[in-house]
Amino acid sequence: MSDNSHQGASPAASDGVDLSQFFQVFFEEAGENLSGMETMLLALDIDNPVEEDLHAIFRCAHSIKGGAATFGFQDIAELTHELETLLDKLRKHELKPTREMIDLMLTAGDALKAQLARHGGSGEGNVVDTTELVEELRMLAAGNMGDAKPKAQVRALDIVIGPLTNPATADNLFELFKEIPDMGIIVARDDGKADAGNKRHFHVETTWKDDELLDLFSFHVAKECIAIQPAASIAAKNDDAGFGLFDDDAPAATPQGQLTPQAEVAVAAQKAEANKPEARAQAAQSESATLRVNVEKVDQLINLVGELVITQAMLSQQGRALDPVHHQTMLTGLSGLERSTRSLQDAVMSIRMIPMAVVFNRFPRMLRDLAAKLGKQVELKTSGEATELDKGLIEKITDPLTHLIRNSVDHGIEMPDKRIESNKPAAGTIFLSASHQGGSIVIDVRDDGAGLNRERILAKARQQGIEVSDSMTDQEVWQLIWAPGFSTAEKVTDVSGRGVGMDVVKKNIAALGGTVELDSAEGHGTRVSVRLPLTLAIMDGMSVAVNGEIFIIPLASVVESLQVREGMLRTVVGQGRVVEVRSEYLPVVSLHDVLNASHTRADDSTPLLVIVESEGAKTALMVDELVGQHQVVVKNLETNYRKVAGVSGATIMGDGRVALILDVMHVVGTANSRMSNSPANSLKH
Amino acid sequence: MQSILAIDDSSSMRQMVTFTLKSAGYTVVEAADGQEGLEKARNQTVNLVLTDQNMPRMDGISLVKHLRQLPQYKTVPILILTTESSDAMKMQGKAAGATGWLVKPFDPAKLVEVVRKVIDRPM
Amino acid sequence: MLQQQLSSQSSPEANLASLSNEFLTFKLGSEEYGIEILKVQEIRSYETPTTIANAPSFIKGVVNLRGTIVPIIDMRIKFNLGQASYDQFTVVIILNVAGRVVGMVVDSVSDVITLGGEQIRPAPNFSSTFDTQYITGLGTVDERMLILIDIEKLIAGADMALVEQAKH
Repeated sequence: MSDNSHQGASPAASDGVDLSQFFQVFFEEAGENLSGMETMLLALDIDNPVEEDLHAIFRCAHSIKGGAATFGFQDIAELTHELETLLDKLRKHELKPTREMIDLMLTAGDALKAQLARHGGSGEGNVVDTTELVEELRMLAAGNMGDAKPKAQVRALDIVIGPLTNPATADNLFELFKEIPDMGIIVARDDGKADAGNKRHFHVETTWKDDELLDLFSFHVAKECIAIQPAASIAAKNDDAGFGLFDDDAPAATPQGQLTPQAEVAVAAQKAEANKPEARAQAAQSESATLRVNVEKVDQLINLVGELVITQAMLSQQGRALDPVHHQTMLTGLSGLERSTRSLQDAVMSIRMIPMAVVFNRFPRMLRDLAAKLGKQVELKTSGEATELDKGLIEKITDPLTHLIRNSVDHGIEMPDKRIESNKPAAGTIFLSASHQGGSIVIDVRDDGAGLNRERILAKARQQGIEVSDSMTDQEVWQLIWAPGFSTAEKVTDVSGRGVGMDVVKKNIAALGGTVELDSAEGHGTRVSVRLPLTLAIMDGMSVAVNGEIFIIPLASVVESLQVREGMLRTVVGQGRVVEVRSEYLPVVSLHDVLNASHTRADDSTPLLVIVESEGAKTALMVDELVGQHQVVVKNLETNYRKVAGVSGATIMGDGRVALILDVMHVVGTANSRMSNSPANSLKH
Repeated sequence: MQSILAIDDSSSMRQMVTFTLKSAGYTVVEAADGQEGLEKARNQTVNLVLTDQNMPRMDGISLVKHLRQLPQYKTVPILILTTESSDAMKMQGKAAGATGWLVKPFDPAKLVEVVRKVIDRPM
Repeated sequence: MLQQQLSSQSSPEANLASLSNEFLTFKLGSEEYGIEILKVQEIRSYETPTTIANAPSFIKGVVNLRGTIVPIIDMRIKFNLGQASYDQFTVVIILNVAGRVVGMVVDSVSDVITLGGEQIRPAPNFSSTFDTQYITGLGTVDERMLILIDIEKLIAGADMALVEQAKH
């Protein structure tokens, strides 16, 4: 192994073809194959492996090897070759899969990833030493595992059967090879037709002994008719170092190509997979149904569509001022334009949407390694993998989710013996789910572990100088977890528990425009709920007027709106106003105050209240008017300006003017903290 | 201009083969698996078929058999690209009706040499 | 030629590192100013911006510039220069500085002039208006005196409250 990152890639220019132009595609492809391989290996049922999965995993390794060898990455080719050999034996049932094999193959996958990174990246990182891995893989491949037949040499045999009164009976041999596992391979040498002496010719590769074969074949043909001898190797006549033509070979001349079932080669189930659920295999291999596109191109497309939406909205607005009678055609055109634009928008936004499965897929491996390290048993159950999320969010949600799951394993799930003591199954379960709810996507990480320990949290909070009281509700106690530096871990493992986690998680999620909630039941488990806006760029909003200015409230946060009637509003001493809604008292916030609107309020008589919710707390916002509900293209305020408290972004209305989008979390948070800080507070949320 | 159908589930391999053969003056049609290859072969009769063996949906050997069933492909040269040159593979290929094989990995020069040799060969 | 001028200048403020010597001139109150033309994206007439809560008074708000949200600052308010009135002659200079697009309200825009090195003199070390760190020099053209501003430094500076400062 040399330490040149492109070692072995020397024949990069061959016959004028510069192979390096294909490297990038190969790296991406190999990456996909590796991750498909890992997923399938993790999901493989050792005792009852699915036929097709073994083939698919083999193809992953095979494909990487082919590319690596072709493009000159010898180190990758060498390691993959050993993997491929082992996988080939597994798929042909010459070996039975064991946990040891799976672990080793997973490790090999990691090494391959590292090798790929070295070749594909800047060449950083140490040379990956795979000598040991290669050796171990070879040993396993050569080994004698489980109750597979004792590893005998695969022998190539020429078998002649006949003379037969009915030569077709010999075709039954194919059935034998198909039905009996690890018999090997049988190929017809005579295209299904008997020769002049009514004899059939076959080529067989098997580990079985001759008499075993004879015994078996005799079910269909008389033993005396069977002649077995070692096969003559295909003449190296045309062995043009790796290239050859068939037609110079005896006995069969140009093949007739009769596609009868018997002529089908009975290799362990390499059938056309048209009927098989393609999901997993496709994930590893599929090229024909997808197109690789540069992310920048997609982003540009999305921006352009965003501009189009704004322009179309402006036109529609202008159109409203037209006399419908005299501008019939124009108005019809505009409404057609609106429909098309909306469809285009949906279609384009969906391009960047990727299923959560992409994020979920990394966890089984992580969990397996982590649980093993901690001596715990953990299962992962997922649902909603097909729920889609914008690519940008997917990338950013992975770290926080990873942390939450590690937390669950590390602090939530108890050791197996402790679980059994509490009448729980020894293996803990982590439930990971994703679903669409309104305008958001909700991702839940739930475990059936020990749950949050109220006392420990309170103690730790006191220790850190945070003011707490024993009368705090559970929900309030859980919120303490979000404080920076907070951790009640008994010992800091290198996994998590240094206390740098939860507040960073919350911050990261808030940066995505999302929220995160905690719930727990001691002894039963904990649930963390992450809520993210469905896309960052386009959102459903409710526009409200406050002193002549328009503001947008994210529709997803709106619970309801109501007209205030005489007596609904009360004032709490030193607090401000509250409103009673179905026996709940909610703080009332005048948007004028929050947004410091320029002029004073004209008329206070019949204000409108819009009730919004954030992180479990509700607030009633007082506005002048409800203007409407529509989709808005969210524009970033910080691109050219800076973060403004209470504002999460801006949008451009149909008339071309800018409207600010309310940061509901901030508004609700401020209002409610104001409330709960009051000594006179006796109201519950 | 002569046309070649190249079938391989590896996108990087396909790109390499296509580029190499195009540079050598051939038109190239690509497919990612046997099924797609068969469809494309039906749509347009090519002068040579190069197919990988291990592919999802339909493997190389099966593809060859199906192709040979089509009247227009009775005599078109078909080469199987394979990483193993075992007797079994060769026998299977031959039984299926392939014209010959080419062992992977091969470099572009080799590919062009073999293609030139086979594409005009009287069958 | 510029290099010679540079070496003969002793004042640190006369930093003419930028070889651009074309300036857009505009009026704020009774004084005339000049900024590098390269920093100017376009010039628009004034439209009422959308106000931003709790923003300093010189930040009028934000407007829509072909789909981008752009803050508008009124230099006249910030530096107490003359009357900040808004009529059909009020002009907004759209600047592209410090990676941002920002609009600046001025009383009027004059012209674009080229200043040779000899037309620029170092600024005096005190100024009642601008912090002198933002003044790169004084230009003279005929009878006019132009106060040359390093607009990028000014906009990105802490007291503009436009850019979050590094310590955040």
